[in-house]
Amino acid sequence: MSDTPKRTIHESSDPMTKTREARMGDVDSRFNSRLREAFGSSPFILTKFDQFMNWARGSSMFMLQFGIACCSLEMMHTYAVKHDLDRFGSGVPRASPRQADTIIIPGTIVSKFAPRMKRVYDQMAEPKFVVNMGSCAISGGPFQEGYNVVKGAEEVIPVDINVPGCPPRPEALLYGVVKLQERISQGESAPVTVKPYELEQFGDLEQDELTEKLADQIDTDDLIMRYNWADSP
Amino acid sequence: MSLEKPPRQRYATDESVDYDAIEELLGEHVLGRETHTDTEAFVIRPDEVQDVLFALRDEAGFDHLSLLVPQEYEDRYESIYYLTKYDDRTQEVGIVVPTAKDDPVSQTAEPVYRTADWHEREAFDLVGIEYEGHPDPRRILLPETWQGHPLALDYDQDRPQIVTLAEHENPIADDHYDEDTDTMFLNIGPHHPATHGVLHLKTVLDGEQVVDVDPDVGYLHRCEEQMAQNGTYRHQIMPYPDRWDYSSQPTNEYAYARTIEDMADIEVPEYAQILRTMSAEFGRMMGHFLALGTFCLDIYGDFTAIFMYAIRDREKVQDILEDLTGQRMMLNYFRVGGVVWDVPEPREEFFEKIRDFLDELPVATQEYHDLITSNEIFQKRTVDTGVLDRETAKQYGVTGPVARGSGIDYDLRRDDPYGYYPELDWNVVTEEAGDNYSRLLVRMREVEESARIIEQCVDLLESWPEDDRQVQANVPRTLRPDPDAEIYRAVEGAKGEVGIYMRSDGTDKPARFKIRSPCFHNLHALPEMAEGEYVADLVASLGSLDIILGEVDR
Ligand code: SF4
Repeated sequence: MSDTPKRTIHESSDPMTKTREARMGDVDSRFNSRLREAFGSSPFILTKFDQFMNWARGSSMFMLQFGIACCSLEMMHTYAVKHDLDRFGSGVPRASPRQADTIIIPGTIVSKFAPRMKRVYDQMAEPKFVVNMGSCAISGGPFQEGYNVVKGAEEVIPVDINVPGCPPRPEALLYGVVKLQERISQGESAPVTVKPYELEQFGDLEQDELTEKLADQIDTDDLIMRYNWADSP
Repeated sequence: MSLEKPPRQRYATDESVDYDAIEELLGEHVLGRETHTDTEAFVIRPDEVQDVLFALRDEAGFDHLSLLVPQEYEDRYESIYYLTKYDDRTQEVGIVVPTAKDDPVSQTAEPVYRTADWHEREAFDLVGIEYEGHPDPRRILLPETWQGHPLALDYDQDRPQIVTLAEHENPIADDHYDEDTDTMFLNIGPHHPATHGVLHLKTVLDGEQVVDVDPDVGYLHRCEEQMAQNGTYRHQIMPYPDRWDYSSQPTNEYAYARTIEDMADIEVPEYAQILRTMSAEFGRMMGHFLALGTFCLDIYGDFTAIFMYAIRDREKVQDILEDLTGQRMMLNYFRVGGVVWDVPEPREEFFEKIRDFLDELPVATQEYHDLITSNEIFQKRTVDTGVLDRETAKQYGVTGPVARGSGIDYDLRRDDPYGYYPELDWNVVTEEAGDNYSRLLVRMREVEESARIIEQCVDLLESWPEDDRQVQANVPRTLRPDPDAEIYRAVEGAKGEVGIYMRSDGTDKPARFKIRSPCFHNLHALPEMAEGEYVADLVASLGSLDIILGEVDR
């Protein structure tokens, strides 16, 4: 194995993936990287490197500066004096999603915002993690019955850890983030779940009364998010 | 100290509104007259709105359009304009405009009051009344492609909806493009550190200068009015006001408490009034500290010093409120007819904690002045930028520190007294310049006034006789105000006038619940402050408005 030239690794990494999976156990594919593929040819380094990477990831999280609603005030308190999230190596918030790998969702997600949030999430660096803060982000919270409220961030993006509360105290958020870090350094992450509200092109939608009505307002290649309120939990 | 509630002397004194004179002034425009719980209202035709409002504004002096309530009845649509005066808040009048069920069109009030622009867009969005002659009839809170009007009677909440994520077009590309000037369209938000939440500013720049800015709200429209309409007066509504302006919760709770108590005619015990007043002032402080910290974050990008100082002080206030209520943020301390409980035992310890905080406050304030207001760079960035003059501010229905920063001497705690405020000694702070700097100054000095109020409340609470510490009035388990009772009441929140309109249908839940949010109107004035300025000043102006998106979008 180790005498296979590097180039072929790029073409097919199947055997390598197998060995690695056997060694690492049931690891989410979000942890895959080219670098690991290259190191995969040398079994001894592979194991160490994965653990090393996971440990490094867990200890230097780059948080996205992302505020939605009331919970974001408690999130600011978590970053600031007294609670000081930074002492756990989960850093100063980054203003751009391209520099961040962890997003805290602190608030209620409504129909108009969900596609934007998904875009921000998609722009973040891989592998990425999501902390759901507060009951709104978990389920819609006190607004679950609103005509406009998405019933939790998990309808739109995959979530790694939920911190319940309305709002959770800064201590609770700290605990949630530290738990997430622990899990990352052990190579765990939540499975990517089914997302009922995906972005798709308007033209790809099934033709029905609603699409016909909107046909002259929306371009066929515009991205849209379609909400089916009746079927959401 | 009197034991009575300050009387609302509108109908008795010389300064009261003479509704008969108004009826005469409006002449044959008047189709009918209604009595709401706190004001008289006149019914007019939907095509004469402007005539009536012009007369009321220019001849009777009603220069403040406080609230527009759109609603749907079984047999008609109705828009109610609540008017009042910046000079005398106790003078109020309502204008009721019914429109037909099959053709809900009413004349726009926008030429009379600029603020009607957003009011009416919201009325169309949520209820479906159209306003003829409106300059910009778009939806405001819900996405453009939304089907139906959620607060109308026949709305089916389960129907599917489609929301687009399209590129935004430069709204002035056509008329501004030529060889020499080249404008750029820039999206700020909805996810951006300078927007204080989820706000989207569609900005057009010419070089660094702002040519056009259009605030696009609705990214946090959480259906608060519907939530309140689904809750019972007695217990289920009170938790929601905490979530409107989530930086200073008690002031919002006050708005709901005051409205329902006036509607159901409940007397609040004096001791509870003091507790309420004290917690409301702590709430105001919390809001102002946050505003200060984030404003400096906007201007210096300073996440390390001033922001931390402000959060440190906010943390102290939250600590005190936590002792009082058991929660850090969503306090839910007010109850209909009083508050949930008395101050924690041992009382002396609690009062000492407050006193310690108040003693340290002047030092903290001095620190802020050293760091912020006397800093030359800060002054360069804020003095004479984002100017909002007094008349424009009134046109936009601006209230709170933003209005007082423009020299409008308007504060509901004094002008429409409630709670224990009339018995206490404090001042309304105003500044004349109307720029970003004066709005900050107003907030900083208001914190000092709040401290004065709290100090007096603590003195009173300490010396209050033990067997007279009543925190709750006797309130029936289920509140059912008279059918068709209507009321509009407001209090002074940290951001300005927080008002609530309620209509009862005789059940234990309101038939219509409408929130007046000060931030909504303050934000509406942003283009006036920012157009023609540099884009960095736009960010400063937005910060100086201190908007909370939960309250803008409700
Ligand atoms: S969970 Fe509670 S505090 Fe958090 S955003 Fe929702 S309502 Fe606000």
